[in-house]
Amino acid sequence: MTVLIAILVVGLISLAFGALLGFASVKFKVEGDPLAEQIDAILPQTQCGQCGYPGCKPYADAVANGEAINKCAPGGDDTIKKIADLMGVEPIAMDEAHETDNTPKVAFIIEEDCIGCTKCIQACPVDAIIGTTKQMHTIIADECTGCDLCVAPCPVDCIEMRPIPQTTRNWQWDLANIPVTQID
Amino acid sequence: MTDYLLLLIGTVLVNNFVLVKFLGLCPFMGVSSKVETAIGMSFATTFVMTLASLLSYLVDTYLLEPLSLQYLTTMTFILVIAVVVQFTEMVVHKTSANLYRSLGIFLPLITSNCAVLGVALLNTYEKHNFLESIIYGFSAALGFSLVLVMFSAMREKLANADVPKPFKGSAIAMITAGLMSLAFMGFTGLVKL
Repeated sequence: MTVLIAILVVGLISLAFGALLGFASVKFKVEGDPLAEQIDAILPQTQCGQCGYPGCKPYADAVANGEAINKCAPGGDDTIKKIADLMGVEPIAMDEAHETDNTPKVAFIIEEDCIGCTKCIQACPVDAIIGTTKQMHTIIADECTGCDLCVAPCPVDCIEMRPIPQTTRNWQWDLANIPVTQID
Repeated sequence: MTDYLLLLIGTVLVNNFVLVKFLGLCPFMGVSSKVETAIGMSFATTFVMTLASLLSYLVDTYLLEPLSLQYLTTMTFILVIAVVVQFTEMVVHKTSANLYRSLGIFLPLITSNCAVLGVALLNTYEKHNFLESIIYGFSAALGFSLVLVMFSAMREKLANADVPKPFKGSAIAMITAGLMSLAFMGFTGLVKL
C-alpha cells in the first residue's frame, strides 16, 4: 500500500512539474536564433561561399551552433575577433584552408577572350557581371566584392583577379595601427 | 530577525559552501576563468538555489512528511532541482542569448551542482522552517557567488602574472583556491549558531 502511495505521489509531482515545464517552453519560446543574427551582422555579406556554406546567413547559423569561427576569408582576422568577442571565446588564427591574402581585389574579364557563355554570370552572387549569350561580358567594378567565385566556372580562363591599386581616393589612414610607445 | 541575519552571515562567510563545506567545486573551477561569465553563473545559480530550496521545502513538508515518505527525499529533490534548472535555462535563453552561449554546458550542469542538492538536504536535516529555508538557500548561493566572482577576478589577474612555469594554468588556480579556503577558515567563530 505504502509503495503505491509513494508511486502515486512521485508520479503526481512529476506530472505537475512536466506541466509547468510545458507551459514555460511555450511561454519562453525563442523565435529564431538571436545569436545567429548578430553573427550575420558582423560577417562581410560577400555571400562568397569560401567558408563552405552557401552564404553568410547559413555560415552564421552554423557558427551559432558551434562551427569554427575562423572560416570567413573576406572578413579576415578583424571579423574573427568581433565574432570571438560576441561569443565570449578566444580569437583564433584564420583557418589555413581559408587563408587568403586580403588585399582588396576585383575580378576583371579579358574581353577579347570572352566567348559569351554566361557561366560567370550565374556564379556571381552579387550580380556584378553584365552580358548575354554570345556577347562579351564585363564586370561592374564597383559592385564586385572580389569573392573570386566567377574565376573557376570560366571555360576559357578569361577572368582574373586584379588588386585594386591604391589611389588618393581609396587611401585609408590606419591611425589605430601606428605603434605609439612611451619613451622613458 | 537577528537569527535570520546571523544565519545569512554564517552561511555566506563562516560555513561557506565552496570553501568550507567543499560543495559545488565543479563550477567553481570550471566557470571562473572570466569575471563576466562568473557573474552570469552566479545569478543563474542564485536563482536556482533559492527557488530549489523553497520548492523542496514545500514538497518535503506538505507531501513527503505527512505520508512518511522521507526515504524519497533525495530522489524528489533531484527532480525538483532538475525542473528548476530547466526552467532557468529557458528563461536565460529567452532573455540573454550571449549569457546562454557563454555559460554553455555549465547551465544544465547546475543540476549536478552538489551545492544545490546540499542546500535542499541540509534544510531538512537541520529542520529549518519556511523562511529559514529560503534564507539558507539564498545565502548559500550568495556565498557561492561571492567566492566565484572573487576567484575569477584573481584568475584574470593571474593570467597576466609572471607565474613560474611549473605552476602555470590549473596548478596556480588550485593553489589560489586552497589559499582562499585557508583565508575563509579565519571566519570560524565569527558567528555562533
